[in-house]
Amino acid sequence: MKLRFARKHLCIPYALFLALFVIAPILIMLYYAFTDSEGGFTLMNFASIFSDITALSAVLSSVSIALLTTAICLIIGYPVAYILARSGLKHGKTLLLLFITPMWINFVMRLNALKEFFALINILDKSAYFNTVIGMVYDFLPFMILPLYTTLIKMDNSLIEASQDLGANKIKTFVNVVIPQSMPGVISGITMVFMPSMTNYVISDILGRSHITILGKLIENYFMQNNWNMGAAISMMLLAVMFVFTWLTGGFNDDAANAKGVGL
Amino acid sequence: MIKRIFSCVFLALVMLFIYTPILVLVVYSFTDSTVIGVWEGFSFQLYSDLFHDKAIMKIVGDTILLAAGAGIISTILGTTAAIGIFHSKKRAATVMNTVNNIPIINAEIVTALSLALLFAFVLTFINKRIISLLIGHVVITTPFVILSVMPKLKQMDPNVYEAALDLGASPTKALFTVVLPEILPGMLSGFMLSVTLSLDDYIVTAFTKPETFNTISTYVYNAVKVPANSALPGLRALSTLIFVLIIIIVILMNVVKKKEVRK
Repeated sequence: MKLRFARKHLCIPYALFLALFVIAPILIMLYYAFTDSEGGFTLMNFASIFSDITALSAVLSSVSIALLTTAICLIIGYPVAYILARSGLKHGKTLLLLFITPMWINFVMRLNALKEFFALINILDKSAYFNTVIGMVYDFLPFMILPLYTTLIKMDNSLIEASQDLGANKIKTFVNVVIPQSMPGVISGITMVFMPSMTNYVISDILGRSHITILGKLIENYFMQNNWNMGAAISMMLLAVMFVFTWLTGGFNDDAANAKGVGL
Repeated sequence: MIKRIFSCVFLALVMLFIYTPILVLVVYSFTDSTVIGVWEGFSFQLYSDLFHDKAIMKIVGDTILLAAGAGIISTILGTTAAIGIFHSKKRAATVMNTVNNIPIINAEIVTALSLALLFAFVLTFINKRIISLLIGHVVITTPFVILSVMPKLKQMDPNVYEAALDLGASPTKALFTVVLPEILPGMLSGFMLSVTLSLDDYIVTAFTKPETFNTISTYVYNAVKVPANSALPGLRALSTLIFVLIIIIVILMNVVKKKEVRK
């Protein structure tokens, strides 16, 4: 029987590609996370994340750095997106481009620029922790601004007018109408900032002068020592966090992809 | 009025935060001093050294080739996949879209480690080769091509393709002459996005690349980690060139978009 061409068959090459290079690697990782170096089943890899002092401190510093970075990005990014999208600026779209252009410049190079700048103003050898957080904000701020801008610009003006017609003042309208309406953007922004700031060890290496070990660095260290089992266990944990997060926020939403500039 | 001034000041401050480090680097690329903060007089020495440094020029060339390769492969793979997903049954489409989103929302280090495991234990014959690096980049870039092409497919009039078939075009011909021109803008932005993501990548690159092969990202990372490295002044010139190039590209794309809108 000759298979008749249908347009749906066009996704076969990519389906095979995904099976081989996305699904299979995750399954292999799952296997290594639950086995020891001899290949026997074990839960020790996961247990040692919480008993090993290096691993536990990496978990804690990752979470605290990621929370702080995300909060700062939101505090800076929300007003920026709001002003650009809703204050009737003439060149809002062009200004937005200025805010996100750095996103397209090689991020290691931008970090080098920031490091040189820190050295110039003499704060490079001060707090490794805060330098890392500033670096994360510097790097990830566009990922927060962009999805917020997309949701705020799409927001229906009549809702705001209705709220004001019904007697709510500006602050009340903002809290009860604008913020809830922009939640999809807030959630995408948080998704796009929180996970990378727990794991992007390039930033903590360059600006924290390797004094800070976050989860990403820990995985890299295990990778360098060929300790695949521990590296896989921590990666599995991060994967699980990602799935729970996506599930809690009601599935993947396209605004998350917008954060990287799709459709710009 | 006060609110407006306040808004503008706020935007200006954030802009200052974003651009000051870059501008400092640009300014100090025009002086031949070992550290930033010391001005040794205006010179193009760093640029001249840069262009005569064969090792760096090779790294720049390799990085561009890799990005172009990853961009072309992921654009073809992603576009065909998007058309396929768009015409699949709902269940199959949901599965494809879900798996497609994994590399987007997953922490990059997890993608990197899982690929490193695959190459180290299963596909050992391509472990730490150019091909494993290329695959790594295609994994992280293709999902964005699909997300760029999909909206264009949804905007398309479905009857046009059927009409082409009715008028005697083969399915392949109809795809190339009717569908392709409609989704071309989506493919282009998907390609551009893939190229920038590939140029920008460090983590997946570090986990899949051959030992001696370097991209701009891995080169800069290794140079920056060594204190007072002699490569740092040269980096100022290289960074300046890349900053300027990106800004020109962004302006050009913006002008083209505006012209399209006016049409």
